Amino acid sequence: MSEIQTIVMPKWGLAMQEGMLAAWHVEEGATVSKGQEIADIETSKIANAFESPVSGKLRRILVTGGETVPVGALLGVVADESVSDAEIGSFVDDFQAKFAEQLAASASEKGPEPETVEVAGQRIRYLQIGDGAGAPIVLIHGYGGDLNNFLFNQPALAEKHTTYAIDLPGHGGSSKDVGEADIASQAKTVLGFLDAKGIQKAHLAGHSMGGGVSLYLATHHPDRVASATLLAPAGLGPDISMEYINGFIEASRRKKLEPILQMLVAKPEMVTGDMVEDVLKFKRLDGVDAALKKVRDAVFAGGKQALSLRDQLGSAKVPVQVIWGTQDKIVPAKHAEGLPGSVKVTTFDDAGHLIHMEKSAEVNQAILAFAAAD
Amino acid sequence: MAKKSYRQAISEALRQEMERDHRVIVLGEDIAGGAGGDAEQDAWGGPMGVTKGLLPLFGRERVIDTPITESGFIGAAVGAAATGLRPVADLMFVDFMGVCFDQIFNQAAKFKYMFGGKATTPVVIRTMYGAGFRAASQHSQCLYNIFTHIPGLKVALPSNPYEAKGLMIQAIRDDDPVIFFEHKAMYDMEGEVPDESYAIPFGQANVTREGDDATIIAFGRMVNFANTVADKLSKEGITCTVVDPRTTSPLDTETILETAAETGRVVVVDEAHPRCNMATDVSALICQEAFDKLKAPIKMVTAPHAPVPFSAALEDLYIPSMDKIEAAVRSVTGKSH
Amino acid sequence: MQLSREDLLKAYRRMVMIREFEEAVHEEFSAGSIPGFVHLYAGEEASGVGVCMHLNDNDYIASTHRGHGHCLAKDCDEHAMMLEIFGKKEGLCGGKGGSMHIADLSKGMMGANGIVGGGPPLICGAALTAKTLKTGGVAVAFVGDGASNQGTVFESYNLAKILNLPAIFVVEDNGYAEATSSRYSVAGSQVNRGKAFDIPAVEVDGSDFFAVWEAAREAVERARNGGGPSLIHSRVLRYYGHFEGDAMTYRPADEVANYRAQKDPLMQFRRRVTEAGLLDGSALDEIDRSVKDRIAQCVVQAKSAPEPTEADLLTDVYISY
Repeated sequence: MSEIQTIVMPKWGLAMQEGMLAAWHVEEGATVSKGQEIADIETSKIANAFESPVSGKLRRILVTGGETVPVGALLGVVADESVSDAEIGSFVDDFQAKFAEQLAASASEKGPEPETVEVAGQRIRYLQIGDGAGAPIVLIHGYGGDLNNFLFNQPALAEKHTTYAIDLPGHGGSSKDVGEADIASQAKTVLGFLDAKGIQKAHLAGHSMGGGVSLYLATHHPDRVASATLLAPAGLGPDISMEYINGFIEASRRKKLEPILQMLVAKPEMVTGDMVEDVLKFKRLDGVDAALKKVRDAVFAGGKQALSLRDQLGSAKVPVQVIWGTQDKIVPAKHAEGLPGSVKVTTFDDAGHLIHMEKSAEVNQAILAFAAAD
Repeated sequence: MAKKSYRQAISEALRQEMERDHRVIVLGEDIAGGAGGDAEQDAWGGPMGVTKGLLPLFGRERVIDTPITESGFIGAAVGAAATGLRPVADLMFVDFMGVCFDQIFNQAAKFKYMFGGKATTPVVIRTMYGAGFRAASQHSQCLYNIFTHIPGLKVALPSNPYEAKGLMIQAIRDDDPVIFFEHKAMYDMEGEVPDESYAIPFGQANVTREGDDATIIAFGRMVNFANTVADKLSKEGITCTVVDPRTTSPLDTETILETAAETGRVVVVDEAHPRCNMATDVSALICQEAFDKLKAPIKMVTAPHAPVPFSAALEDLYIPSMDKIEAAVRSVTGKSH
Repeated sequence: MQLSREDLLKAYRRMVMIREFEEAVHEEFSAGSIPGFVHLYAGEEASGVGVCMHLNDNDYIASTHRGHGHCLAKDCDEHAMMLEIFGKKEGLCGGKGGSMHIADLSKGMMGANGIVGGGPPLICGAALTAKTLKTGGVAVAFVGDGASNQGTVFESYNLAKILNLPAIFVVEDNGYAEATSSRYSVAGSQVNRGKAFDIPAVEVDGSDFFAVWEAAREAVERARNGGGPSLIHSRVLRYYGHFEGDAMTYRPADEVANYRAQKDPLMQFRRRVTEAGLLDGSALDEIDRSVKDRIAQCVVQAKSAPEPTEADLLTDVYISY
């Protein structure tokens, strides 16, 4: 294979324009494989391990540790031994020249922007990326989250599918009136969203409370669900960390909120100051405090999950898979134990509750595999 | 999230609060502009256009052009606040406090205390401050320190569009009198501002940068200068924490002391004159409460003890510059070029 | 509109209340039991009561440093006022305001004011509230002849006129701004000052309750009906000094004595209503007696009432901080 492959600065989320390559995990000359963590990248919003998009020999490293470069900038070049250094040199020169042009041209260009749609009189915000045929993938965040939680997933999924990430009522840019606020009423909103977008059947991927919503739809409305990927979901047992839920509601200062958000991940350093600030900005919006409390009281009444669908899972008519990090401090991974054999269960020992961020490549592959079986 | 200017952010806050609460009115000199004339009725929207567009939405009953009588209309705003409205009065330039200060510091600030807790005076006084406009000595001062000195007043200094909208909404909803300082050089500054309403609580500082080598505490427009300096120095490996106290009254002493103690090297940046300003106040606070955590003397970067000059050459020397802030950080960290 | 028997009794009771209150404060201040600065309204009763008889709790007044009379005319509680003047915890303002800052917004009393000319802009604001929220209320600023020269007063005339506010300015001219005669300090006339702003203005004898009442009736009606501001120049005389302790060497020795003998507002009122057969003397005597007892009781209670404590020092600075 004489192909030259590139490794560029990824775009994690809509707002990301540049990133800092904090450190390489590999050296020039090393052989890398697709999905291998090869570097740490930090944006103002998040710090995360960067997984190689390609496999092969890392022939050149163009950005050294500590450097900040724009999204799309060349970080490294992968090619096998048959490609000469000279060929690589001219490839890099060519790339850099084109990239500079692109950068100048795209300065005024905008990527996909979130839109809103009315569902039963409520404003629901969503982000659509991709235009693949077949059933689209709908991504549903958890308690206190929003569509941006899928920043490591949606672009990858959108390469082959139409994808929608939505904000549940009371969250993100959606209306702050949460109605009954329980899982069933949230599921009704998602159904309303599918109707509004003319989606007959969707592959659902839901995280935490959004996983509970996905599970509810899979068991109650199988005609609308092509498959369900449940990421550290609610709905499979009674346990929920009220220390997290109440801490999330109560913390109005960065110092208080930071340790709460760090409960979400196995590696606390993943939580950046800007990530905390973004959550504070969300919490300051009119109506959010009341919405969060109402959802808490409906979904986690008395400090326990109000709804368990474990018993209905066996008779589910749609494929369901569950993915969990065993270091999850919010909803324990033991809820993944003892599920019916029809349910595919994957666990990761080095991940916490934000499994789709912490293990984004694996989660993306799992969702895509499920969607492909359709 | 949409990008909006500082001007738009404040305007949106006013509009949304006027829609939410019929008791909110705005008044001031040329707050609409054009009253009584035969031509455009929303001619100005204030000298900086912040309130433009409110008149067609809310009418002259709630968007009130006043004569140029600051004692009269600032006092009227105070009286209206004490009797049931939630007025936002525009004191065009804070320098004009000289002709209406009595209504602010002897009346509005003291009602609650003097009347045994039985008065509520939810007035907001918007005012423009700061140098950089070649507006000379009587239209360029900071003076927020003077208001900060008065018990009973709250003082907000938004440093960017997001802060401006959230702090303005908080100011309007707040039941105490609030002096809201808008820096005249920042109206065109853009930033991401949610369309929805939100309030930023007073007395909670914003830590805009986190670092290990020095803590820069800056006020209002100077926060942006400090951020730029911090970003520049971080490329050399000198990392700074930058603290934007957001309000000087109430002042988030907890965050100031905590961040000062973390690095032990402190620079305070204040555009006001150097005597009895926020820089001296914060420095005294840190010396009194966290002296043992300091590893170097505190550096204050302020304007000089002189009126604001007109000449561009002089005014540029007058305003605390990023170079001076950078030099101060290098000095406290002992890390020169 | 006519004054009913009940109105007349109420007006007299209020005037006597003011007189007895001020006499008691005069005595207690001289005895050293009242701290600070005190400015008495004795002699001016008919002016404040004549105006405030037209007002209800929905209407606002702003007073001056000489504010006890306006407070009582606006129905503030005399007991809580006395405790306030003694600086006591149960005072109308918790002992934090004192004589110069007595207020009760629930009664529409926006405060005595230690700043000469401080009130008129505030009253424009109260009138703006009434107009904007359509409460039907009016707002009255009492100012002295001294304050009448302050810029705030002229700014307020202008503002009230151009915004057509339901505001009434009552210039209580007792002849002296502190120790300086208004013959020296006031250029032109108060009525002409009003007229310069196209504000209807009249001069009345402030010692004559009925004259004040009639002028205020017109002004309040005008304000309530959307007719805008009015000005009343009320000529009064103060029985005591600018402040308690003022030796009043700037006044002729017999000025107050002659006034008391010939023009005392209470005496004038009594003569008028008894001669016209509207009230009989015994009803008025009964008011004199009961008010005197009440004020004596207030003084006794004020003396023994508890002081505020250190815990009160820092409360009420802000609603939240």
